[in-house]
Amino acid sequence: MKKNLTHLQQLEAESIHIIREVVAEFDNPVMLYSIGKDSAVMLHLARKAFYPAPPPFPLLHVDTTWKFRDMIEFRGRMAKESGMELLVHVNEDGVKKGVSPFTHGSALYTDVMKTEGLKQALDKYKFDAAFGGARRDEEKSRAKERIFSFRSANHRWDPKNQRPELWSLYNTRIKPGESIRVFPLSNWTELDIWQYIHLEEIPIVPLYYAAVRPVVERDGMLIMVDDDRLELKPGEKVEYKSVRFRTLGCYPLTGAVESEADTLPEIIQEMLLTRTSERQGRLIDHDQAGSMEKKKQEGYF
Amino acid sequence: MAHQSELIEKDILAYLKSQEEKSLLRFITCGSVDDGKSTLIGRLLWDSKMVFEDQLAALEADSKKVGTQGGAIDYALLLDGLQAEREQGITIDVAYRFFSTDRRKFIVADTPGHEQYTRNMVTGASTAKVAVILVDARKGLLTQTRRHSFLVSLVGIKHIVLAINKMDLIGYDEEKFRAIEADYREFAAPLGFASITALPISALNGDNIIEKSSETAWYQGPTLMHFLETVQVEDDRDQQPFRLPVQWVNRPNLDFRGFCGTVASGTVRPGDEIRVASSGQTSKVARIVTFNGDLNEAVAGQAVTLTLEDEIDISRGDMLTRPEAPPLYTRHPEAHLVWMHDEPLQPGQLYLVKTATGVTPGRVTAVQYAVDVNTLEQKQVSTLGLNEIGLARIELDRPVSFDPYGANRDTGSFILIDRFTNATVAAGMVLSAPDESQRAHLSASDSNPWAPRHITLDAVAATNLNVVDLTEEKGLFILDLAQSIHDYLGKGNRILIRLRDLSQLEPVAQLAYEHELAFEFDRNGDGVSILLFKRGTSPVKGYGDDGTGI
Repeated sequence: MKKNLTHLQQLEAESIHIIREVVAEFDNPVMLYSIGKDSAVMLHLARKAFYPAPPPFPLLHVDTTWKFRDMIEFRGRMAKESGMELLVHVNEDGVKKGVSPFTHGSALYTDVMKTEGLKQALDKYKFDAAFGGARRDEEKSRAKERIFSFRSANHRWDPKNQRPELWSLYNTRIKPGESIRVFPLSNWTELDIWQYIHLEEIPIVPLYYAAVRPVVERDGMLIMVDDDRLELKPGEKVEYKSVRFRTLGCYPLTGAVESEADTLPEIIQEMLLTRTSERQGRLIDHDQAGSMEKKKQEGYF
Repeated sequence: MAHQSELIEKDILAYLKSQEEKSLLRFITCGSVDDGKSTLIGRLLWDSKMVFEDQLAALEADSKKVGTQGGAIDYALLLDGLQAEREQGITIDVAYRFFSTDRRKFIVADTPGHEQYTRNMVTGASTAKVAVILVDARKGLLTQTRRHSFLVSLVGIKHIVLAINKMDLIGYDEEKFRAIEADYREFAAPLGFASITALPISALNGDNIIEKSSETAWYQGPTLMHFLETVQVEDDRDQQPFRLPVQWVNRPNLDFRGFCGTVASGTVRPGDEIRVASSGQTSKVARIVTFNGDLNEAVAGQAVTLTLEDEIDISRGDMLTRPEAPPLYTRHPEAHLVWMHDEPLQPGQLYLVKTATGVTPGRVTAVQYAVDVNTLEQKQVSTLGLNEIGLARIELDRPVSFDPYGANRDTGSFILIDRFTNATVAAGMVLSAPDESQRAHLSASDSNPWAPRHITLDAVAATNLNVVDLTEEKGLFILDLAQSIHDYLGKGNRILIRLRDLSQLEPVAQLAYEHELAFEFDRNGDGVSILLFKRGTSPVKGYGDDGTGI
């Protein structure tokens, strides 16, 4: 009797294998937890990999201080449920200098609060491996990224000098100060993620589901007024619309879509019938051609 | 993304249910720079509706700016991710692409066709089950076609699609198509593919990609997409004996001791007897533990946690197997090596060998021959350089469990890692483990049992066997050096001599003294290694500093 694994079973097994390999070979791994749906799946896979034990590494959230309030609440809940330690790092330098998406523009803001913040946290705790939830289908420059992606001591990615990656044999060797970013979801697509969340009933932040929320239209995007730090520009007015988010990040940079989809099957249905890719809701990718590649070389995830 | 859009709109739950049973196919595309490979993949993504409107807008803009199709949509631009590549107009590394239909999800390894990038192709092929080999219909088979075919056969791919592209440029000529197909079948016969399917296509026009082309009425076979959706690639991993390389021992508390790993072949059920390859100890499977509840059975490809009925010593690096079908357990595997680094192989130098069960230090003791990837001829070589492939003998510091690569890709593969730079320098595929008695090529005279034996180091230069194992030598001996070896060392080559203990050092030192040689001393797990060389010689082929001080 032959039993073939389905595509989701194969993806799941590959991810679990990757996560276990990191724990077996590194001294001080961490899981970067961004609270979004990909992080939700990654965390779920980590819990599966080590069941009945909790995953033997902490979660790290690089908090820009501009995340949706719902995300912060969800973050605490999942850390508790998984039995894992939650580390939250904020770039205090950036906070002191008053760096915000409004005053400094999305490019500089992202660099300071996300990229710099991430480097600070990795240096502070001396993590030698960091799991990230990035997928190769998200963006062209990611398609060539390894699952185990080497970073120099100053966190740089060198796309021309990557280690060949064969079979499921991952080269985990590094020198002191160097690190590896590990992407267990490399081979998942957005559709796989949603199907898996549906199949495994994985909890996700409520913002993915449509609800009536206060939004303003800005630069062609619907920005949610999540707290009183969002100052209205002349001509802008707060409207209440039924919206949801296809990706989650910093609320002033993340566009909502008008939607009535308030169940998981409806979200998937909407995604399947839509004509725009999910990263479109993110301002930072649109800054310039090849922008993700530049950010990655500098140490952005 | 609008496949099955009616069902999606009307009954999303039914649609989701139907998607749960989808299978997964990984394939690789191989072609030369101008064969239209990126265009083909771009076309598959395009036609399977995996391109979104915002990506389309970016694609249109890019096509005008840097496209090669005179402003028309250049599908290749969907793929060329890195800026440097765009400027050069070539893809330089392995990239993975995804698309899916209602039957299957596909992962495409997109690899360059440049001569110096054999390593990327082997990398992409290592996880693929099908290879799509592109041929320009105007040019027919090229050296690259042969090379790609050899490489995918080496890596164990059994199903070949010969995509004869640019049919539009030869007027969809059936005779030319048949001639290329016949050439290919003849060439590929010795490579042992299970199936070869030749397709007349035009990636640019979409002929026979998704829809049957009206231009090729003479062609009765499947379209590319139909073939990819239906080809049966499921190997017989389930029928092979059970193998579980232990990745991690899970001990959350004193009552639970689980052995985590991915089933490499076979199946396992509670109650099955298992054996530890290294110690020979046996036990029975108590439970197959998962987050979603215990399983009655686990099959090849599943990542599981097993608990056993007995407390036996098992750690990462061990392999759990069926007792009646143990794997090879050896220090001396023989393997195909694909060299992947600018620094050539240094026979005798210590590398780290990473296998399915972990990392073990080891050396390449000899390169028996290299294979010319263009002619498939064997040639005598002393080392392997970037993109060269050879049959090599490996000596590991301790025994490791393997299966022949042909029987199991997961337990028959390994990578070599440079100890100093941590670079992945080679990929290996185990053929077998040779009979241990064949190793030492020494000529000895032992007429008088009390006098020291004379052992002459010879035959090394001729055979490239540059390891001399003296660990089995019981009595006193004197080493002599054949002139051929003297010359061999004079060219910067080294010889590795293995000793049982220090009492055997004196004859080596004596030999070095007499012939003005130098040696490096290294103590390891089961004895002493001596690396013998001539000082002041530079290694043959621009060897870098390997830390041995010469």
